[in-house]
Amino acid sequence: MNATSDVVARLSGAVKRYGQLTALGGVDLVLRRGELLAVLGPNGAGKSTSISLLLGLIRPDGGRAELFGRDPQEIEARRRIGVMLQSAMLPTTLRVGELLRLIASYYPDPRSLEESAALAGVGDLLQRPYGKLSGGQQRRVQFALALCGRPELVFLDEPTVGMDIDARRKLWDAMCALVAEGCSVVLTTHYLEEAEALAQRVVVMGKGRVLSEGSVDALRAQVPLTRIRCVSDLDAAMVAGWPQVASAEREGTRLRIGTPDAENVLRRLLYADAALSELEVQRAGLADVFTELTREESTLNQEAA
Amino acid sequence: MNAVSIATSASVSHAGGMGFRRVLGAYLAETRSECLRYMRNPGFMLPITLFPTVFYLLFGIVMNKAAGMDVARYLLVSYGVFGVMSPGLFGFGVSLALERDGGLLTYKRALPMPPGAYLLGKMLMAMLAAAMVILLLLAMGIGMGHVTITARQAGLLLLVGVLGVLPFCALGMLVGTLIKGQGAPGVLNLIYLPMSLLSGLWVPMNELPKALQQIAPVWPSYHLHEVGLVALDMDHGHVMEHVAILIGFTVVFLLIAARRLRRYG
Repeated sequence: MNATSDVVARLSGAVKRYGQLTALGGVDLVLRRGELLAVLGPNGAGKSTSISLLLGLIRPDGGRAELFGRDPQEIEARRRIGVMLQSAMLPTTLRVGELLRLIASYYPDPRSLEESAALAGVGDLLQRPYGKLSGGQQRRVQFALALCGRPELVFLDEPTVGMDIDARRKLWDAMCALVAEGCSVVLTTHYLEEAEALAQRVVVMGKGRVLSEGSVDALRAQVPLTRIRCVSDLDAAMVAGWPQVASAEREGTRLRIGTPDAENVLRRLLYADAALSELEVQRAGLADVFTELTREESTLNQEAA
Repeated sequence: MNAVSIATSASVSHAGGMGFRRVLGAYLAETRSECLRYMRNPGFMLPITLFPTVFYLLFGIVMNKAAGMDVARYLLVSYGVFGVMSPGLFGFGVSLALERDGGLLTYKRALPMPPGAYLLGKMLMAMLAAAMVILLLLAMGIGMGHVTITARQAGLLLLVGVLGVLPFCALGMLVGTLIKGQGAPGVLNLIYLPMSLLSGLWVPMNELPKALQQIAPVWPSYHLHEVGLVALDMDHGHVMEHVAILIGFTVVFLLIAARRLRRYG
């Protein structure tokens, strides 16, 4: 496979400043065909700015943004993308079918109304005015609008905010169906389990830079932590003082311990508290990695200050 | 010859992978949606149709029963201009201010919407609403006020209304680019109502204080009123001069607004 011709979107050394504030300090990002990339990061990390650059909504102060090898401000490049933005208030008096027909009209070869509606699970809503829908239904309609133009690349900004678990699962399935068709997806999300379940590659951003990039497994390997949970009376502060214990905190009757050396810490734990019960041992999830990565960032900054 | 070939090649490359018919279809779909969404929105349609019709009914028909035909025709033009201003100012200004605030404009900029379709859609919507207002006032004037006008005069007044909305679209657009969100309706009313009064739409010009009469030509609505009077053969002044001034207003407002929109989104 030729890696370079497969690139659908790229940021190279992208810099964006707002007055004194540097929103992006030289970000490199590559998205390949058929790939689902999750972009994670706390608020103000530069996720939205990166997406805005790729959508051509803003211009970089330095570096380049490219969509299909073109300037994102060229309409030909944007005819190949679909978009779901976090905060777009769509016209409330238009019916769902009318909205779908309108957005589809912008594209050269859109999906049929029925196909888009079926993919996003909004077939039963076509006659309803958009303003009369629930928050979760509106998100599903926005998703239908993102895919109705048969795009090769879809940007989804926090797509599952405000959805219940069932609706979220359905949207995940729809995203997987898109990727299976060969569509690339850029997903920003606060839900780490979402990135964990869907993404082939994860980019963690913080303070306008890419902190880490790789597969979910590779990211996990960067922070070789294991979580231990158990019901115990041991003092959390004391446990935290043990060698190889990264963190220890109390949650009601339970103790939560993070460690890179679970076997030895467990041995000591069982020895120290014979009454210990309900023991759980689990490899660190993306959430732990994320906390670790962004915490390093903030402690580094404190040291620098 | 050269200009023509350049224009066609530019439009072909501009359309990219999209045929001319589909691009045209996108413009039509945008206009259709824009019209539908506002026609269905009572918060927009009611003030736009009720203000001029109720005012015309009270001050133009009920209170002027005894007045002559010239007064009746004059008032039809006045309230017609008053009615045409609001779809332009509010249809453009309020919706642009709200859509900049609510993220709809950002969303549409990210989508491959043909450039200009957004503004063109709003413009055609305002022209349609202006036509409705003029037709309503004509029906009231002829049916209830017994205004006698020829079909040609009525048609000209309709034309003046439909095209006369454009300077107010441009002014509304300018305000919409300066103010974001819910503040826009207030500011637009502060422009709309005083401007209507000061350009003699409520009280005939010659009853206004001398100083106000002298500054009246700075308001676009004054010029539109003059053009409307010519359309009903009430006045035979320098109609082209007023039209030129209205075009000038439109171009200036539009240029400033487009500049701001490009810079700040």
